[in-house]
Amino acid sequence: MSLTKNLLLDISKIDMVFPTPKGDFTALKEVDLKINKGEFISLIGHSGCGKSTVLNVVAGLYQATSGGVILNGKEVNQPGPERAVVFQNHSLLPWLTAYQNVELAVKQVFAKTKSPKEMQEWIEYNLKLVHMDHAMHKRPDEISGGMKQRVGIARALAMQPEVLLMDEPFGALDALTRAHMQDSLMEIQDELNNTVIMITHDVDEAVLLSDRIVMMTNGPAATIGEILDINLERPRSRLELAKDPIYNQYRSEVLTFLYEKQRKVESISKTKTETSSSATNVA
Amino acid sequence: MSSLIAQLITRKNESVIKAQLPPFVIHFFKTVTLPTIGILVFLLFWTVGANNIDTSLGKFPGPVQVMTQVGNLYNEHVESRAKESAFYERQDNRNQARLAKDPNYQAKTRTYTGRETFVDQIFTSLITVLSGFLVAAVIAIPLGIAIGLSKSLNTAVNPIIQIFKPVSPLAWLPLVTMVVSAVYTSTDPMFAKSFIVSMITVTLCCIWPMVINTSVGVASLNSDWVNVSKVLRLPALTHIQKIVLPASIPAIFTGMRLSLGIAWMVLIAAEMLAQNPGLGKFVWDEFQNGSSDSLSRIMTAVIVIGLIGFLLDRTMLQLQRVLSWDKTTEVR
Repeated sequence: MSLTKNLLLDISKIDMVFPTPKGDFTALKEVDLKINKGEFISLIGHSGCGKSTVLNVVAGLYQATSGGVILNGKEVNQPGPERAVVFQNHSLLPWLTAYQNVELAVKQVFAKTKSPKEMQEWIEYNLKLVHMDHAMHKRPDEISGGMKQRVGIARALAMQPEVLLMDEPFGALDALTRAHMQDSLMEIQDELNNTVIMITHDVDEAVLLSDRIVMMTNGPAATIGEILDINLERPRSRLELAKDPIYNQYRSEVLTFLYEKQRKVESISKTKTETSSSATNVA
Repeated sequence: MSSLIAQLITRKNESVIKAQLPPFVIHFFKTVTLPTIGILVFLLFWTVGANNIDTSLGKFPGPVQVMTQVGNLYNEHVESRAKESAFYERQDNRNQARLAKDPNYQAKTRTYTGRETFVDQIFTSLITVLSGFLVAAVIAIPLGIAIGLSKSLNTAVNPIIQIFKPVSPLAWLPLVTMVVSAVYTSTDPMFAKSFIVSMITVTLCCIWPMVINTSVGVASLNSDWVNVSKVLRLPALTHIQKIVLPASIPAIFTGMRLSLGIAWMVLIAAEMLAQNPGLGKFVWDEFQNGSSDSLSRIMTAVIVIGLIGFLLDRTMLQLQRVLSWDKTTEVR
């Protein structure tokens, strides 16, 4: 894969150091990743490894201590709608309906380029895309968790972002709803072909959705451990893939990374503090 | 009957009773019968207690005396209104008669100067408390938002708020009186000085809970919503209008309800001393008057003050229900 042909986003040697009362805490060390236009990237790793920090730096919500993020040849250092974020807890404004939540974003982004009529159509188009057109005038507390997350995705898509950032978008949902949402997301991806960075804990989700899976080492000073290209034909079907040996090969590679190479040793057993390449600790 | 009530009160038999009685009867019992029993028991204790307290102005008034005074005060109001209209009628007649005799006569109209009735005083009190409360809200809510948004401002202002918050209205009143006398000097004042003094005292006392609640509401803004605003690059003013203000509406209302309760309590004290012709002045005048009816009239005022305070709180609550998006807040 040529990394320069359609280069959209360059995460360039990011270090992230948080000052704490006990001294500096290095969360990220030399995270370096180039992302092409239209690529679907999953960030996977154990909790606390700094996946969210990477996403927040790309979103502009955090400032990298050194290194930087270059989008379309320009460095970004503040948040903006061209890097829309889908937050883990939907983060819809509870006093607005689904429609109004999307409207807030659309009015902010397209105030100068779309007429009121066009804006209305654009809002409705995006809600339809996530299958929420039937409940678009309901408030967040009147709809289910999965539906809220759909509206959250519609809001992000409606900003027409260059990169869509998703922070464990389905983490708070039950397994069946999650599967349903993944299918919806693939459907949307087929249509829009967005560039996506998604954080996930779920190995199946990562393999099913991604073009590349970026596996992160454990913190502190976390960085990218391995990158796995997923060369599976699209559209992908969860049922067919379940029997596919290549799919299962990818799956086991990610599992091996997570549970063998980067086995998370909880601090309860203080004697086993080494984390990497301990072949004896088979999960 | 009594055994039925006893059964209803003991939770043990609740399920048995529920099986016997239709639901609307149980609902009626819970919402109407229980409060009625509470009030009846209170009236009983009040009557017995009142009979055993002797003062220099006679026995402490019981419910019966208070009921009589409610009638008296209402009749006084009706009489006073009748006198007033009679006065204006006489004046009109006199002026017309004079005009008929002499077409060049400049008719003189004088306003009726009878003393305020109890009903007038209730309205004076309501207007004073609401004015004071509104002035406080106009100052406190923007201030609270500013303090909530800026940690430095909060650190700077917080000690001052904490010191002024517990100050009694009675401490403020002499200062306010003197300042108003010095500053508010107009030959034809739109408002009476006593009104201004009472109002400012109310404002000074009910501004703090509103500032504190608003600022806490704003400061505890969900960080996800702040991030949404950042990603959208909302301008500062839009951010406040679209995110901060709606998000802190529940906290603002909590502060407003608290403040209105304080305002109403403060007002009575302020009116007593400032001689604003409201309920506080009524109580003070009756106390100074010292007739055999005084105590029962004061007791009537006490109950009216309580009822109005309760109604003010309920009104605020209804307003909150209509305006706030957060329908889940426990409302008591």
